[in-house]
Amino acid sequence: MSEMKIVSGNFAAAYGAKLSRVEVVAAYPITPQTEVVEKIAELVSNGEMDSEYVKVESEHSAMAACIAASNAGARAYTASSAHGLALMHELLIWASGARLPVVMTNINRAMGPPWSVWADHHDTLAQKGTGQLQFFCENNQEVLDSVIMAFKICEDADIMLPAMVVEDAFILSHTKEPVEIYDQELVDEFLPPYDPEYKLDVERPFGFGSLGMPDWYMDFRYKIAEAFEKAPEKIEKVNKEFTEIFGNDNGGLIEEYKTDGVDVLIVTMGSISSTSKDVIDELRKEGHNVGLARLRTFRPFPVEKFREITKGVNVVGVMDRSYTFGHGGDAAREIKDALYGHRDLILKDYIVGLGGRDLTPKILKNIMLDAISLQDKGLDKEIEWVDLRINQERWRR
Amino acid sequence: MIEIRFHGRGGQGAVTASEFLAKAAFNEGNDVQAFPMYGVERRGAPVTAFTRIDSKAVRNKAQIHEPDVVIVMDMALLDAVDVTAGLKTEGKVILNTGKSPEEMKKTLGVDNPVYTVDASSIAVQHRLGSKVAPIVNTAILGAVVKATGMVKIKSLIDVVKENAPAKKEENAKATEQAYNEVRGEKIE
Repeated sequence: MSEMKIVSGNFAAAYGAKLSRVEVVAAYPITPQTEVVEKIAELVSNGEMDSEYVKVESEHSAMAACIAASNAGARAYTASSAHGLALMHELLIWASGARLPVVMTNINRAMGPPWSVWADHHDTLAQKGTGQLQFFCENNQEVLDSVIMAFKICEDADIMLPAMVVEDAFILSHTKEPVEIYDQELVDEFLPPYDPEYKLDVERPFGFGSLGMPDWYMDFRYKIAEAFEKAPEKIEKVNKEFTEIFGNDNGGLIEEYKTDGVDVLIVTMGSISSTSKDVIDELRKEGHNVGLARLRTFRPFPVEKFREITKGVNVVGVMDRSYTFGHGGDAAREIKDALYGHRDLILKDYIVGLGGRDLTPKILKNIMLDAISLQDKGLDKEIEWVDLRINQERWRR
Repeated sequence: MIEIRFHGRGGQGAVTASEFLAKAAFNEGNDVQAFPMYGVERRGAPVTAFTRIDSKAVRNKAQIHEPDVVIVMDMALLDAVDVTAGLKTEGKVILNTGKSPEEMKKTLGVDNPVYTVDASSIAVQHRLGSKVAPIVNTAILGAVVKATGMVKIKSLIDVVKENAPAKKEENAKATEQAYNEVRGEKIE
């Protein structure tokens, strides 16, 4: 029987790994991820979870252990955050190059200096080019659901890639809310054991991680590009199947909230999407024709889907909880890429909530009202930093 | 939507209190959310925790800036923290003290309904924590339930009995005693 529990995003991630019958866990603790691996260690030690728990001396080694385990045909999982994830960088690329479906949970946390343990998407988005699929979660249920779905997507023979399921520091990782912990048998039906075509096996030897000469390397990369092209369809399909079995629809590539025929489309990622839905309801009641697109899958970037949902839209307001120096907010830039040559509309990028700065319904409403106002006055500036100490009065009033 | 803010010190159980209240409200059919102030907590340091309760889905994931209820578990915090910051006009204050609600109203300088209960003594009586550092969370929750009526006392006691990590019966008794001893407006 499935069971409702009041748990944190971190526990939801741990239960997701348990329900996925992960066979090898290798992780190194870091705030605010620690509870994920603590909970898994507890589940393994008390016999509730049948996994090999490998203690390692760094995040780099954690992913290395997961890669080895996955190569040997085991389902492998890890979790990290911020500086830990940055240290893992080399191995994130290795996992995708080696076509290993390792799934990890990353707790989105700001990078220092100055030191910060609070929510920010820069750590995850700094890894957007590593060949990982990236799923941004809005609530704790989605964290659990997404771990299970990620294994299903990643282990598909057409995909064979690693994934990051990410949740915002503290806002999800340490916030407790009701989460449905599914019946194991139901999850087993949805997610069969991992059985890769090629693995380390002395009876059937292959070479892994060998040299790719210039006359071969490029073709290996093309194979990965092809897998990423196939991924959007798989993600939607797996989401649909998951929804049918478990009754929770997490949105696949993009969750559309009241987007039919809107003039103004707001785009958010992660936990602020949840608060934003309340604000969207309020604005619609006040007569504004505005809707919300929650960008759930950042890799592969849902290019086609963005073209589809911006038909007839006048203004797109994008909230980015990250900023790439010399470039801009990560989501806004990629949406512009997707719409180039397809849509003639106004797009404004709002930089919000870096390092855990709180995003109240009032601030979110002021951002959305600003986006709505662009319909008449036109684009004032491409990138707006919201709720800085120098402009707080404007956004908090 | 009811928004509650707990002020305590690391080790008093403020975070656990926010969760127990959420669990009791959830068991009565509400959606809930419980979270600590996002800090780097240490034993003895001021701790803030929050609970949201609503009959509809709780989607707001911002911090609580204008609470309906404020709970102060350690009176020494009054010198260090502005505990009534942002409190709604009709918002209630529940304090862990043997002093009268009238006196505390003056101390705080507020017109809000104020409730008091000597949760520390109750905790010590039931051997929860030590005399120097009593664990007052289960006791103060009994007072909160009586003062606000946000959940039934039975729902809370069931949660305490099920979830208290140790001394389940003692904790449940402390909850009940504080429920009966809290003083304040409209409490006989």
